[in-house]
Amino acid sequence: MAANEEAVKYVWEGAIPLQIHLHKSEVASHPAPPPALVLAPRIGYLPLLVPLIKPYFKDSLPPGEESIWFDYKGVPLKWYIPTGVLFDLLCAEPERPWNLTIHFRGYPTNVLLPCEGEDSVKWNFVNSLKEAAYIINGNCKNVMNMSQNDQEDMWTSVMNGDLEAYTRLLPKLKMGNIEDEYSRKEGLSSPISGQGGTEIDMAGQVKTARIPVRLYVRSVNENFEFLEDVPEMDTWDEISYLNRPVEFLREEGKCFTLRDAIETLLPEYIGDRAQTSGEEGEERTTTDVSEEAEGSQETRGEIKLIRIQGIEMKLEIPFSWVVNNLMNPEFYLHISVLVKAPQR
Amino acid sequence: MDSAGEVVNDGKITLEGFSVAARSFAEKWKRLNLSFPPWSWVPLNNRTLLKKEEGYLSLEKIIILSSLDESVEEESLDVRADWSEKEEAVDHTVLVQDVEDEAHYYDYHIVYSASYMVPMLYFRGYSSDGKPLSLEVIKRDLPSSSVSLLLESKWTFITQEDHPYLNRPWFKLHPCGTEEWIKLLSESSSFTGCQMPVELYLISWFSVVGQVVGLKIPHEMLI
Repeated sequence: MAANEEAVKYVWEGAIPLQIHLHKSEVASHPAPPPALVLAPRIGYLPLLVPLIKPYFKDSLPPGEESIWFDYKGVPLKWYIPTGVLFDLLCAEPERPWNLTIHFRGYPTNVLLPCEGEDSVKWNFVNSLKEAAYIINGNCKNVMNMSQNDQEDMWTSVMNGDLEAYTRLLPKLKMGNIEDEYSRKEGLSSPISGQGGTEIDMAGQVKTARIPVRLYVRSVNENFEFLEDVPEMDTWDEISYLNRPVEFLREEGKCFTLRDAIETLLPEYIGDRAQTSGEEGEERTTTDVSEEAEGSQETRGEIKLIRIQGIEMKLEIPFSWVVNNLMNPEFYLHISVLVKAPQR
Repeated sequence: MDSAGEVVNDGKITLEGFSVAARSFAEKWKRLNLSFPPWSWVPLNNRTLLKKEEGYLSLEKIIILSSLDESVEEESLDVRADWSEKEEAVDHTVLVQDVEDEAHYYDYHIVYSASYMVPMLYFRGYSSDGKPLSLEVIKRDLPSSSVSLLLESKWTFITQEDHPYLNRPWFKLHPCGTEEWIKLLSESSSFTGCQMPVELYLISWFSVVGQVVGLKIPHEMLI
């Protein structure tokens, strides 16, 4: 129990220092206001920071109606993605403080979903929670059956980063268990109680469990040795998003690792079907290799980095430990992956 | 787990099953629904995710000429050619000089949801200059019966979300309990053992969902 509690506490306390600049086209005062410095919870969302940021800039804004959005180096930020995930994904080499630009005008409705502040973020949170519940339990009854007050309290605990309040409310959520040999052996159990997530089918066989995962893959064309050499991202189109449950296989004597989980989602990069450079690659791309100078297998795709909650993950870690300790409050595990794309 | 051979009794469908059902749906539509262009299968083989058997169905640039007469009861998919005579029903703030100004274009995508194991309908509307239509405008293009359904019941609802693959805001239709009414459809039909063949899954699904957005399928497709 102790190890789990500590890990979860670290996750909830994780924060990114932000330096927020008002977009220069919106500066209506002289001199221009200095940037706002804000500590953003990793498990939180950018729109929730607006009440903290706005006072810095309100005297500098031109008159007119506001619709607030953020960008990083010109790329509009999706407000429904947890702040920590945005940081892990967009900053290959972590930038501290993280320099973001805030806009109060000119909302890019063609690329960003509308956001009405806290209500939109809450709606997104509850929906994600329902989807996660559906994946784990096979239905979202547990969320629907929560009283309105409990749902509100749960959202408030997330907004405030109040892990104690959240933990107290968890039993009311009755989310299924994500267990495995690791936690059972060590005598640890996840803070979640309630019915097990594993179902026994009619033949008495244990079915696979499904784990909610959101995978963000950033693909880079050039090879690089150091993270600071990763080129800047121009648009979100460089990111592939996969919202797909991982089917957790339980086999006797075998541990289902993070590698196994990633293999189910990105088989072309890892595992037997991978087209990786090195001895393991069985399938070889035979397409045009006219640019091959050195004779090394530069045509393969390769996973360069996997980050969860800002941690660079070792693939041998048992997946159930990763899920139980590093998931977000809506029960989703967000995984950022940096890959070098296969060359064509 | 479930094979792609049949729809499991619980009304859901696997990823493999969806691919099979999609092709069957597109093929029958092309043959039997001649008042519409055919659906295309868009494979998901972008650079990083190379699963060749995955994809979604796409039907694009469907023109709906919006009705200016709000008392229309039937499907409002036609333009009122004699609208100039119905001035009392026309919104006088809309000055339409040219029929083309009122043409609304719609794209529809049928995308598989791995979380819920059912299909979802994504759609968007835009005018001839490419400008996206708001939900308010879109609702006016929908058959009036489905608008009341949307407003009054909790059975089906439209939300605005990022398209799972195209990275832009689209509208999504996610009927509650899809698997329940698919189950009902299976049970009420004459399939052996209440097991709907996977090839008919999307056709059955669309026979219900399509109506919400005014897309009807001919009865022959259900056979």
